Amino acid sequence: MALPDQPLEAPDELIEEEVKILDPIIRVENLYLYYGSVMALQDVSMLVPRNQVTAFIGPSGCGKSTLLRCFNRMNDLVENVRVDGVIELDGENVNVPTLDVIRLRRRIGMVFQKYNPFPKSIYENVIYGLRIAGVTNKAQLDETVERSLRGAALWEEAKDRLRESALQLSGGQMQRLCIARAIAVNPDVILMDEPCSALDPIATGRVEDLIHELKQNYTVLIVTHNMQQASRVSDYTAFMYLGELIEFGETANIFRSPAKKQTQDYITGRFG
Amino acid sequence: MRWRESSKPRSGLSGEPMVWITAMGLTVGLVMVVSLLGLILINGVTAFWPKRVVYLELASESPARLAGAPILAGEVVKRQHKTAPAASQRQQVEWQLFVGNKESYGLSFRYVDIDDIVAQRYPEQAMSIERLEYGDAIGEPLALRIQGEDEWPSDSPGFADRLEHLVREVAARRREIKRLEHSAIGAINARMTQLRLQRRTLEREDAPSGAAAYLAIEDAMAPLQARYENLAAEARELRRLQDENQLVYRIPSGDEVILPLGQIVGYYFPNQLGFWNRLGLFAHNMWAFLSQEPREANTEGGVFPAIFGTFVMTVLMSMAVTPFGVLAAMYLREYAKQGVIVRTVRIAVNNLAGVPSIVFGVFGIGFFVYFVGGSIDELFFHDALPTPTFGTGGMIWASLTLALMTVPVVIVATEEALTAVPRGMREGSLACGASKWQTMQRIVLPASAPGILTGLILAMARGAGEVAPLMLVGVVKLAPTLPVDSVFPFIHLDRKFMHLGFHIFDLGFQSPDSEAAKPMVFATTLLLIALVMALNVGAIWIRDRLRRKYATGVF
Repeated sequence: MALPDQPLEAPDELIEEEVKILDPIIRVENLYLYYGSVMALQDVSMLVPRNQVTAFIGPSGCGKSTLLRCFNRMNDLVENVRVDGVIELDGENVNVPTLDVIRLRRRIGMVFQKYNPFPKSIYENVIYGLRIAGVTNKAQLDETVERSLRGAALWEEAKDRLRESALQLSGGQMQRLCIARAIAVNPDVILMDEPCSALDPIATGRVEDLIHELKQNYTVLIVTHNMQQASRVSDYTAFMYLGELIEFGETANIFRSPAKKQTQDYITGRFG
Repeated sequence: MRWRESSKPRSGLSGEPMVWITAMGLTVGLVMVVSLLGLILINGVTAFWPKRVVYLELASESPARLAGAPILAGEVVKRQHKTAPAASQRQQVEWQLFVGNKESYGLSFRYVDIDDIVAQRYPEQAMSIERLEYGDAIGEPLALRIQGEDEWPSDSPGFADRLEHLVREVAARRREIKRLEHSAIGAINARMTQLRLQRRTLEREDAPSGAAAYLAIEDAMAPLQARYENLAAEARELRRLQDENQLVYRIPSGDEVILPLGQIVGYYFPNQLGFWNRLGLFAHNMWAFLSQEPREANTEGGVFPAIFGTFVMTVLMSMAVTPFGVLAAMYLREYAKQGVIVRTVRIAVNNLAGVPSIVFGVFGIGFFVYFVGGSIDELFFHDALPTPTFGTGGMIWASLTLALMTVPVVIVATEEALTAVPRGMREGSLACGASKWQTMQRIVLPASAPGILTGLILAMARGAGEVAPLMLVGVVKLAPTLPVDSVFPFIHLDRKFMHLGFHIFDLGFQSPDSEAAKPMVFATTLLLIALVMALNVGAIWIRDRLRRKYATGVF
């Protein structure tokens, strides 16, 4: 008897054909990343669809957070990092030393695993990006705060306490505040690095609902350990393993009929 | 019965002896601190409490008799067991008396064996007079001699009122003399010195005598000179009035003393005072100590110039040390590439904190005073040379020297505070599109402000209590003027100043009568501790406010 996993090993060309992305916002090509002499990302190539939610899944240490931090060049902060390859945002290569990182980060916002509001008022937290950009127009700031907090589904809870310290909010509220902070500068892309891992199930549910709404206006890239979450919130899913992008495709396909054995093993819980 | 064995506590494993040892360590430390503070507190506070004056009748052969006088009077300062030779059987008790009247007796303290005391009494009439010279006088008032009037004997009605009235008048006149001599004449002097310097410059430039410039200076000088003469005459007249009337009193040894009223600062009848009067006098003494200038080689009067000097110097030092320390720490922690060099610098900075403070004083006088100050004099105060302006010890050099000494403390504390700011917060800011400097300025520095202030508190505590380096770079035992006053340019950073720490040293070890200065030593020590504590409490208050504002839970 032939082994049943044989037909699952589809050739690469087949995957390329399966994933038809007509309007990509980000294009990654032959991306390699080294921490000193350790290779953390190996030959990653992919297209990220515009105004969709793309989830990155994979076991710990597989490089999904590292890849995410390549998009807004947060890896610059780590010493001894070298990134080779092309990352294009709307056709412009961002992985070049001459790039204006500040402008890039205004176009690509980020939400972190551990919510990190600044020790300032809720109001000041939301408009932080505008403040550092030099916006002083009170009306514009007020308008941004309301729009962002509504966008992050926090307005109703926070509108009466905008001047209070953000550190008095609950964990879930703080994370939504961080999302509001990210969308206040009107980015094109929002990166989310395990945004719900420090939240309880109710707060997680609210953030997931929020992610659904966000994709109306933004492209969302989310790293998650939780495969149910990936299947709930994302339109596309990328599975990474040991620094390589193993499989990328529509979420429904990845979870229903993964093309690679490693993917299937991971999503069925055989490892990782 | 095996369970019994196993339930027996095994002390070696539970670690209880270690708990006891740590507790002992804490206890020893606490006892030392509390007893030191208690000693200073009790001695410092009782220095202001008015004591009763006892009149002792001494046995005829007593060695304590002053010039054979049978009566010895004074305030009992101390009761102690005499250090007797080993042969004698019993222990003798002796009293130490503050007898005052230094100009008559030639001393102010006397030890008396209690065996020599025949009788003791507390006469109501005994009077304690605080004088401008020779310390306190103790005696019984006899009469008032007022110019153009008959003598007022002390038992005449209205004597007390008259005396009080006259003493008030004298005090008011003394304030007026001080105002004249310090402010009015001081301002004229400053202006005249300026003019003299101008003339000296002209002479150096070989301007022809009789030139218009000379005449202009002469013209400016003349009215100043006239005003000076007027004021000086006014002051002389006031001084004459001060000595016009006299108080006659009899000191316990029997002699009569005539004291010009101008010499009297204050007086009271120690044996007539009730508790509340005493308390009032206590408060008055304490206020005088805090607000007045020192007299008589610093052993009398107050310490206000020293308080002011210490405060101004500490504030200036903090203002200098904070930016330097914080900037240095920011570079070391945030911008420099962490490696061998940065590690070496960090170790060097930490070691700098262990360098003896006198070394900083030597560096301060060599670098700040002679090099920097000397250069400033060459460039900007050339006319005044060879009299140095900045090329001698002064407030600014003392502050900078102490800032240099305390900068390691601030650097270390700031570095730790910066390290403790959560990484997530920095990343959050950077991800919003902030530059590194914006992140530092808006997020990292505010969040580490409480930690930086902790460093500043430590630096202030070290700087305010430091004496050794200050002796080289600007502290003097008696400064005629304060570093801040009403003469332009109001803040005189080049002036020498007084300092509480040096004041303690000076009183305790350089004073002609160290016994008399002892209460002042304790009081000054207490004050210095209180001042450092007040500065600390202020800084802690600010830190707590900041902490509440920027609560990150990391400090």
